[in-house]
Amino acid sequence: MTGERLLLSGDDAVALAALHAGVKLGTGYPGTPSTEILETFDHLGGRAQWSPNEKVALEVAMGTAFAGARTLVTMKHVGLNVAADPLFTAAYTDIEGGLVLVSADDPGMASSQNEQDNRHYARAAALPMLEPIDSQQAYDFTWLGFELSERWKIPVILRLTTRVCHSKTVVVPRARIQDQPEPSFERNIPARVMIPAYAKPAHHKLRQKLAEIAAWNEQEGPTRLDEGKAELGIIATGIAAVHAREAAPDARQLTIGLTYPLPMERIRAFADGVERLVVVEEGDPMLVDALRAAGIPAEGKPEMYRFGELNVARVRRILAGDTSPEPVPPKGKPPALCQGCSHRTVFQALKDLDCIVAGDIGCYTLGVLPPFSAMDTCVCMGASIGVGLGMRHVLPEDQARRVVSVIGDSTFVHSGLTGIAEMVYNPPATGHLVLILDNGTTAMTGQQEHPGTGRLLDHSPTGKISFEALAASMGVQNVHVIDANDREDGMKTLIADLLAKPETSLVVARQPCVLAAPKIRFYEKAAAEQGCAAEPAS
Amino acid sequence: MTNVTNVVIAGLGGQGVLKASDILADAAFRAGLDVKKSELHGMSQRGGSVSSDVRFGPQVLSPMVPPGEADVLLVLEETQVEINRPILRANGILIGPDVLAEGALKNKKSLNVALLGAMSMVLDIPEEDWLTAMYANLAEKLHKINEHAFALGRAAALERNQAG
Repeated sequence: MTGERLLLSGDDAVALAALHAGVKLGTGYPGTPSTEILETFDHLGGRAQWSPNEKVALEVAMGTAFAGARTLVTMKHVGLNVAADPLFTAAYTDIEGGLVLVSADDPGMASSQNEQDNRHYARAAALPMLEPIDSQQAYDFTWLGFELSERWKIPVILRLTTRVCHSKTVVVPRARIQDQPEPSFERNIPARVMIPAYAKPAHHKLRQKLAEIAAWNEQEGPTRLDEGKAELGIIATGIAAVHAREAAPDARQLTIGLTYPLPMERIRAFADGVERLVVVEEGDPMLVDALRAAGIPAEGKPEMYRFGELNVARVRRILAGDTSPEPVPPKGKPPALCQGCSHRTVFQALKDLDCIVAGDIGCYTLGVLPPFSAMDTCVCMGASIGVGLGMRHVLPEDQARRVVSVIGDSTFVHSGLTGIAEMVYNPPATGHLVLILDNGTTAMTGQQEHPGTGRLLDHSPTGKISFEALAASMGVQNVHVIDANDREDGMKTLIADLLAKPETSLVVARQPCVLAAPKIRFYEKAAAEQGCAAEPAS
Repeated sequence: MTNVTNVVIAGLGGQGVLKASDILADAAFRAGLDVKKSELHGMSQRGGSVSSDVRFGPQVLSPMVPPGEADVLLVLEETQVEINRPILRANGILIGPDVLAEGALKNKKSLNVALLGAMSMVLDIPEEDWLTAMYANLAEKLHKINEHAFALGRAAALERNQAG
């Protein structure tokens, strides 16, 4: 494949690089804009699997890395919040196989609940971070990530953003790695057992690793200099670098590839050679703050450009110091629950019963929009259950009785189980009702499998978690399964009955996603024909 | 960024906006040009507005077409024309669903490819690259119907040019 020219998205470029770099296992949880990485890795012949959530995905990846295998972990930006617990201590350990963690950020919130800037995580967890500007760099930096990771025995974060993930640009790949050592366990207790006696020296060691990586970054790091006039110097990272190049083609530009730890002396030398220095970065003013803290005077962007994505027009305005109101783009048609979507019946019932709905993350969040307007809270994966319980605990009884938690099947596996434990352990006086909207797929991100579907990432059969059996075994008092689609009255009656009881209840409203149903039937048929029949849907 | 051609393709989720931009980007890529293509995924399957930017030329920097700089705007849905118009430059070319006579298409789903056919008459990409890109991006069973749609779009654009 060497020398071949390809047109790839950033996600596909990462997957191809993972294959070429000899990744033994890819793990992750679906999340726009990261989802396609593992799917493509699987299509290319790599071994990829969805985990129940990002924390588990990173823990599995740490195990493979300890065992000496190259590992890729993928997630969207908010997924890294879930994986933050293992992340911070993984930084203290020595890993053997390279570990590259993809954090796909979503500035502008094309498909997310916030636009947090995960560059903060590199600094907070003390891990190196690479930020590609296009698919070629996404490919090259994936390779580089594995090399740095193995050289310093440290996980490396590859931070992508929506535009890098989903833009297609030209990539010339390199030769696939040929021989790699087979994974083998070698005991190294002080490097991997983080009790205080070992963690204290490990923290010092981590800082030493970072100092060495910073020195490497000064000399050999993936920093790019575009020559230009000294009147204007631009320092940029990620996708903002190409916008800046287009907005100011005559400027001198330094594009930083390894953005943590920074090549500060390289930056200082660049700053000394230009008359005006502007930092062009998407999101929070992290880079400009770092420069100023190092005593390098630099202009940042006006506060208004912290919000949303940058583009060429906005970078032109930043360079001109223009803070006049920006033109508002005309509003397009908003998305809506599909015609025939099983969630419609549920939200109609919740609306008719005037429920207070603690919602969650997925297609069904669209239940907040007219004509239903039947969602009152939505924060993060799994929050519906805890938030619903909290409201039940303090609201007056007539209001508390109307509180319902609504959560999708994939979200339930991701983060709902501990919520059920909370409900059983700390039941509100009025009881509570959790509705699992089980459409048999991770619909919003493009119909990925999860532990409740009984199929693997490649849709072949595997073990399956039964939500109703799980809820019953955890001690939920009333557990029901109902067809979500064809019994609107039945749905309403059941919900009303359960709301009237001061008991804990869980209803699985089950009906396959209308978009996924034909594929699900196909997978089930294929499994049956192979003689390894998946469990029949209950 | 002179010599870069900027195209924006817009419509509603499910109309094949992204497929059309894949074919265009691939055709330009096969013609040996630098190409960048960009759009937002995620909610597009839920029937909302979708648009995709394709830029090609000797060297492309940003993957996004700046407002007012599109050379060609292709819109698959009449209601989406006005909201996308600000992306078009002065004297830019608008290709809308009205390029085709009503009922001319055998299958409504191939409207995206038909309008690509119309657009192929104004872009400097060889026809063979268009066709190769189309075959590479569509399942084999769809090749014939889309060949027809592509040819129909080309003929309609030609007719319109002669009439105009």
